[in-house]
Amino acid sequence: MSAILDIRDLHLDIVASRRRNHILRGVSLDVRPGEVHGLVGESGAGKTMVGKVVLGIAPPTAQVTGGSVRFDGGEITHMPDRARRSLMGAGLALIPQDPMTSLNPARRIGDQITDVLRLHLGMGAGEAGERALALLRDVHIRNAGRVVRQYPHELSGGMRQRVLIAIAFACRPKLIVADEPTTALDVTVQRQVLRLIKEMQENAGTAILFVTHDLGVVAKICDRVTVLQAGRVLEHGPARRVIEEPEHPYTRALMKATPRYDRPGDLLEPVPPALVDELNAAAAAYDRERAGA
Amino acid sequence: MAELAAPLPTWRRMAANGRVLWGGGFLLFLALVALFAPLLAPHDPLEQDLMLQYVPPFWAEKAEPGFVFGADNLGRDILSRLIHGSRIALTVAIVAAFAAGLLGTVLGLLAGYLGGWVDAVISRLVDIWMAFPAVLLAIVLVAVLGTGLHSVIIAIAVIDWTRFCRVVRAETMAQKEQDYVASAVTIGLSRFRILVREVLPNVVPLLLVLLTLEMGIAVIVETILSYVGLSIASDIPTWGGMISAGRQYVHQAPWLLVLPIVCVVLTVLALNALGDGLKDTLDPVMRK
Repeated sequence: MSAILDIRDLHLDIVASRRRNHILRGVSLDVRPGEVHGLVGESGAGKTMVGKVVLGIAPPTAQVTGGSVRFDGGEITHMPDRARRSLMGAGLALIPQDPMTSLNPARRIGDQITDVLRLHLGMGAGEAGERALALLRDVHIRNAGRVVRQYPHELSGGMRQRVLIAIAFACRPKLIVADEPTTALDVTVQRQVLRLIKEMQENAGTAILFVTHDLGVVAKICDRVTVLQAGRVLEHGPARRVIEEPEHPYTRALMKATPRYDRPGDLLEPVPPALVDELNAAAAAYDRERAGA
Repeated sequence: MAELAAPLPTWRRMAANGRVLWGGGFLLFLALVALFAPLLAPHDPLEQDLMLQYVPPFWAEKAEPGFVFGADNLGRDILSRLIHGSRIALTVAIVAAFAAGLLGTVLGLLAGYLGGWVDAVISRLVDIWMAFPAVLLAIVLVAVLGTGLHSVIIAIAVIDWTRFCRVVRAETMAQKEQDYVASAVTIGLSRFRILVREVLPNVVPLLLVLLTLEMGIAVIVETILSYVGLSIASDIPTWGGMISAGRQYVHQAPWLLVLPIVCVVLTVLALNALGDGLKDTLDPVMRK
C-alpha cells in the first residue's frame, strides 16, 4: 500500500541572527492511508516542526535544507502558494494543540466552520450552515443550533477542541496532522477527545499523523509509531511492538518514565542523563559528519 | 460537559461603565442639539441687534429675557451661536476622525501584516510625519488648500492618520502571531482574506477607542484653526471663531470667551471619557 505521506531524509535548520541550529537531522517516516501514526519524542525533539513542515506553517526562520515530503504522491515542500492553499483544509488539515487560542475570538463558531466548506466544497451559505450543524452533531455537541451562534469564549476548552476537530474533518481530508491535540485539556476531557478523534478517523478513513509526547496516548490510538530524539528517528514500528518490546534503549527509558494505566503502582524512572548525553553527542557527531561531507 | 460561565455581554459591561455612560450620554445630547439646531436655537445666530450689545447671561443683573447666555459685540444671541457651532464641531470630529482612521488603519494593517519592506517604508513615513508639529502642519495645509470645511477635514486626516497607523500596526503584528491565524492558514484561506476577515475584527475594539480619542483631538484642532481664522467662513458660527472674537472683548464681556471654551472642554472631556470607558470594556486583556 503506497503511503499518503512520505517523508524522506528531511533536514531542517532554524536560522536566527547568523546562528544555524539543526532541528531535524534526516527524518524519514511514512503514513499509510487510514492509519494513525504516532510521532513521539520529548520537548525539542522536533516532532512539532515535522508537523509544521507538512502543513506549510513552519516559521520563516526555518529552512528545509534537504530531503523530501511527498503527500499523495506529490512533493509539498517549496510548493507554490496557490497550490498549497487549495490543498490545505481540503486534502490536508490540522487539529491544533491549544483549543483556547486556535479559534478566532471575534467570530462566531458557525462562520469559522462554514469558511472551510464554502472555500473548498463550493457550498452556498445555506448549505454550508446545514453542514456545519451536522458536523457539530458528529463531534457530539448536543445543542449545535445554539453553538453555531456563539463566540469561542462562550465555550469550554473541550467544546472548542470538538469544534476544531469538526473543522479538520469538514472536507474529509486524506491526512490530518494532530499536534498534541489533548495536551492543553484536563485528563477527563482528554479521554473523550481522544475517543472522538479515533471515532471520526475510523468513520472517515482519514490518516492521522499524531504528534505527542504521551506514550499512553500512543498506546491507545496509534497503529504505528516513530520515536524522535534530537531531530533523529531512533525507532519506528507497529505501536504495540514498540511499546511492549522497545528495541532502542531510549524508547525503553521513555516507557519507564511514562505512567501506565495497566500497571498502577510501578515506580517511574527518569530517562538517564548519561543516555541523553550520549544521544546528543551522537547527534553532534552526525552534524560534523554532514558538514564535512 | 460543564460550560464556562459566560462573561457579561459587551453592551451590558458598557452600560455599567460610568465613563461610557456620561461620555456617551453627553455626546448623544450634543448630536441631537446639532441635528435639530434650527429648531432649538431661540434666535437666528446671525441676526444682529445693536440694542442688545453685550447683554450679559441670565445670572447677571442686566440680563435680557429670551437671551439666556446674553449677546455678543454685535448683539447676536450667544446660545443660538453655540448651538449652531456644535454642528461644525461634530461634523469635523466625526468626518475627520473617520478619514484619519481609514487611512491609518489601512496602512497600519498592511505594515503590520506584510512586514518586510512594506513595513519599513510605512514606518519611516510615520516617523517623518510625526516629526512635524501637528498644529503648524495643519495651518500650513489649510493655507495651501484654502479655508473651508473640506480643507479642515482633509488637514486633520492627513496629519493624524499616524496615530492610527502606529497602534494598528502594533496590534496587527501581535494578532498575526496568534494561533487562530495559523489555523486560518491551515484551512487554506488567502493572506488577504485572513487579514480582512480574521485579523481586522480583532483590531476593531482598539479602533473604536482610537476613534473617540481622535474625535476629541479633531474638535481641538478645528477650534484652533477657527481661532486663527483658517477654518470656516465667518458667517457660519463656530466655537473657535467665537473664542477668537470674544478675546477682543474679554474685559467688557468675559462670557463671550468663556462660554465657547466651556463647550469645547466639555465635548473633548466627554469624548475622552467615552474612549477610556470603551478601552476598559473592550480591551481583551481587561476582559479576561
